[in-house]
Formats: sequence, structure tokens, C-alpha cells
Amino acid sequence: MNDTSRTILLQANGLCKDYPVRQGIIPHTVGSIKAVEDVNFALYKGETLGLVGESGSGKSTVGRLLVGLEAPTAGQVLLNGQPLGLQRPRGRGNQGTRLQMVFQDTFSSLNPRKRVGDILTAPMRYHRLVTPKTAWREACRLLEMVGLPAAAYERYPHEFSGGQRQRIGLARALSLKPELIICDEPVSALDVSIQAQILNLIRDLQQEMGLTYLFIGHGLAAVHYVSHRIAVMYLGRIVEIAPAQALFTMPAHPYTKALCDAAPVADPALRGRERTVLAGEIPSSIQPPTGCQFHPRCPHAQALCARVQPQLLPCASLPPDHLTACHFAEALLGKGREDAV
Amino acid sequence: MAQPMVLTAGRESRGYFGTVARRFMRHRLGMVSLCFLTVLVLLALFAPLLTPYEPNKLVGKFSEPPSLQHLLGTDQVGRDVLTRLLYATRISLLVGFAATGIATAVGVVLGLVSGYFGGWVDMIIMRFTDMVMSFPYILLVLVAAAIFKPGLWNIILILGFVDWPGVARLVRGNVLSLRETAFVKADIVAGMPTRHTLFSEILPNTIAPILVYATSVVAISILDEAALSFLGMGVQPPTASLGNMLNGAQSLTVLTSKPWLWAPPGVMIVLLVLSINFIGDALRDAVDSRNIR
Repeated sequence: MNDTSRTILLQANGLCKDYPVRQGIIPHTVGSIKAVEDVNFALYKGETLGLVGESGSGKSTVGRLLVGLEAPTAGQVLLNGQPLGLQRPRGRGNQGTRLQMVFQDTFSSLNPRKRVGDILTAPMRYHRLVTPKTAWREACRLLEMVGLPAAAYERYPHEFSGGQRQRIGLARALSLKPELIICDEPVSALDVSIQAQILNLIRDLQQEMGLTYLFIGHGLAAVHYVSHRIAVMYLGRIVEIAPAQALFTMPAHPYTKALCDAAPVADPALRGRERTVLAGEIPSSIQPPTGCQFHPRCPHAQALCARVQPQLLPCASLPPDHLTACHFAEALLGKGREDAV
Repeated sequence: MAQPMVLTAGRESRGYFGTVARRFMRHRLGMVSLCFLTVLVLLALFAPLLTPYEPNKLVGKFSEPPSLQHLLGTDQVGRDVLTRLLYATRISLLVGFAATGIATAVGVVLGLVSGYFGGWVDMIIMRFTDMVMSFPYILLVLVAAAIFKPGLWNIILILGFVDWPGVARLVRGNVLSLRETAFVKADIVAGMPTRHTLFSEILPNTIAPILVYATSVVAISILDEAALSFLGMGVQPPTASLGNMLNGAQSLTVLTSKPWLWAPPGVMIVLLVLSINFIGDALRDAVDSRNIR
């Protein structure tokens, strides 16, 4: 994909989500959890944007904000340049079905009392994408598309394995012909061998149908495999966003570097490589650290980091589509190069 | 595209309720109870064809002991006890099922709404539920029966009204956990209307516990009707009900010397309630998700 052919499908502007913390016998708000803080990004048509981060970094909340399962505290989402009006999908009218979601938990994502065919056709029929007569054919087409036999139509969810259920989940997301599918950790509940199948299916479907994905995950390998660009989140903020390859070869933010180093590499020769290992836990998002939120764990932190919140900006020595939120990204990159030489 | 999947062949695809029915049929006590209850229901339904007597006609001498003409004897005013027993079973079953139907309908709707919408709606409904639950309900029924005229349909309405809170709480609890499942989220993301989420996604998943609970409500309603009629506040004579048949047996001489007046309705109440409770037990085992493969 080159820059000229890119059209922005979805744009998130200053998305914030606070959850009030209520305590006491007479509950009153004593503070708030800032799950998502000032998140900005653009999604281009036909690309996959990976969203990675530790548990509690707010990556799943971003997904839920986009589809309208949660209402943002501040900020807005533009789809094809138009604001996604009301906060709830029911109030979004036609726009609502243009974003669909694939869920992590394959066992709770399909209603155990309904046949697969009914699960697939109910939304299509409600939105009048099919008539009662064509519903069956359309459902079979969807099943075939995700690699399941048409016989699955008559079956109940408990008759399928986790991987097959995730295929059904994908078919359901596809049924409403969405422009964007948000995959919320779609493979983290699956066996490793099945993960690869599902990831390949996700990629194949993108090529066939020109889909756009927001792929949320915590396994770097899986995210890298499907994503064109990757955004790294830490404590509710995006700390780095870059093309997938660049992010791994040239991580500019110390946190990204630590994440890359923490991912296991299947190569014994690299066993002794120098790694940045993070100490401590992700801090509480009720009282996030001042300044750069990563500074208490950052090996390169300086006095400035504790005071000033760094902005997500391009680096001079990196391509313009590589943005990072670190005061010393430039210096650290230079140091990295010297070390390499 | 991935290689085509092979689905487990052979076994016919069964829905949840198919599985439950199969497992229920393997429960011996439950099946015996179900057959027994079916026989009782049929006897009660076809009572007019089975007995030669009218339930409210005087057909013999007072308090006649059992004989070939009157298999269970006659009561204090000379009516056939067996005939009245069949008609009374009819009334008791009607009260049990109708009251349960009302309680379940009210409880399900309030529980669904309360659990799904939460917030102040939940608050109001649940406090109202607590209020109804905390009434000393025999007293409530007595007062209600005194204000409205005691009678069959009033008893049904009153029992229905005091029994719904249990259903409402049960449904609410289930909805609270189901509301968080991914399939409900998927429904919301797909822009489906709330009524579809409530009645097509959530309700089918709570029917099993509701059914189990409802069996115990049937049994309790039958007992309550018997108690009220025994006290004279229930079904009014001359209509026969199991409770007001027992009513005639309040004196010690009847108790000691004329067992055919009180034993048949008493035994009938025990058998009805017992078999309904056994069915409930079997149903509970059959729907228990831990037993489902």
C-alpha cells in the first residue's frame, strides 16, 4: 500500500474513557479509572491496524468504544469522515452495522440455544439484507467463506470446537457486510495450531473482500503476522504507532523495545542477546504517574519525563508514518545505532 | 481457504431441549411421577365420564362408610366422596397451574426488565419485589379474600400475586450474568432491537431454571389453596376442593371414626405435591449444565 492510494476509513480523535470509582456506604465517586486517554489514530481502507499492550492498557476498551458498546467520555470517531453519531449502536441506524466485532471468548460469543443458521441469519433478516427465502443460501455462502460445510447451518454451537466457533463468529461479523471488523483478541483463547488457521483465514478474507481490521491482541507474533501497522498502548495511551516491520526492527519507544525483547524468539542462537527487561507492574490507572506514564519503569527516564507528558510525534530520523511518544526517542535511536556499530 | 471441516457425523444434531428431554426420560423417579401425574390429570379432566354421580348432589345417607355403590363412602351431607375427590383434584390442579402461570408471567417480565436495564428501573422493581416477599402472605391472602369475595378466581389471582417475586429474582440473576456474555454484545453490535435481545437471546437461556422453579410454585400453590380452603377463605362450598373437603374433618369424632372423610383428600394432596416435586427434581438434574456433555 502506498500513501497515495490510502483513504481514511475511520478516524479516532481524542478518545477518552473514564470509569468512575465509587466507594462508601453511600456510594460516591472518589476518583476515576482512566482506561483510555486521548487516543488518536486513523485506519486506512483495506489495512489491518494491530493494537497491542499489556492487560489493562485499554486496548479492548478502544475496540468497545468504536463499536459503541461503551460511550466515550470525550472525543469522537469519524467513519468515512462522518461522526459516528449516537453512542449506542442501536441509535446509529445504518451506520451501526458498518462496524462489527469478533470476540475473544468463543464459548460465550454464540448463543447455546440457537442453531448456527439462526445466529447467522437473524441480524441479516432484521436489517433486510436478505429475504426469508434467500437467508439460507446467504448463510451457507458465509459458512463456506469461513471454511465450514453448509451442514453447520443445522448444528448447535456446542457441537463445534473453539476454532470452528471462531469461524462462525467471523461469519456472523461478515454477514452484515461491514467496512471494519474489530477483532478483540480473536485467537488468544485458541490452541496454537488453531491460531495459525484463524489468522490465515482473517488474512485471506481481507484479500478477498478488501476488509479493514482493527486487530487487538497481546501476542506480538500474532499481531505482527496479520497487521500492516501496529499501535502500542500503555496505560490508556498510544505510545508508538508504526508500520509493522519498522516497529519490530526499529522500536523508538523504550516500552516497545521492552515488549519486542520480551517476545520469545524461536532461535537458540539469539539466547544470549541483550534484552530490556521491565521491572514492576503496570501502574494503577486510578493514579497514573505524572508526565510520561512509562517513566517509573523506563530504564532511560530522566527528570523531564516525570514532569512533561510527551506527545505522539514523528521522529526526525524515521519515516513520517512512524510516530512515538518519547522525549528521548531520537537520542535512544542514535544510541542504538552506535551500539550496533 | 482452509481445508473443509468434517463435522462429527452420525449422531443427529439435537438442540438443548432435545438433550434435556432425553436426560429427563432417563430419570426413573421423575418419569414415574410424570406418568402418575398424567393419570391424575386425566382422571380429573374426565371426571364427569368416570363417575355416575354429580359432585354436589345428595346421593346417599350421611357419612356412609365405603361400599360398592360409594367406593369412598359419602360425606356428612350424603354426597359421593370419590366423585367430589375427582372434581376437587380438578380444582386444585387448576389453581396450581393457573397461579403458577400468572406468577411466572409477571416474574419473567419484571425480572428481564430489571436485570437488563439496571439502574433505577432495577432499583424500583427489586424494592417492590422485596416488599411483596416480606408480606406475611397467609394474612395477606386472608385480608384479600375478605375484601374481594373468596372464590376460585380470586384465589388464583391472589396466589399468583404472592408467588411472582421468587421468579423475578431468579430471572434477574440470570439476566445479570447473561447480559455480559459476548453473544449479547454481538447482538448489540449488530444493531438488533432490545426486544430481540431480551426474548430471543436471553430468555431461552433462562427457561430451564424458570421451569424448575415453576414446578415448586405449582406444588406450593396447591398446598396454599388447600390451606386457605381449609380455613374457609378459599374455594367456597358447594364447589369441591381438596382443602374444603378436609374442612369437614375438623371434629375429633370424624378424625377418629370416619377416616373416609378426610383420608382421600389428604392423601391426594400429598401425592400431587410429591409427584410434582419429584418432576421438579428430575428436571433440575436434566437441565444442570454440568451434566450436559
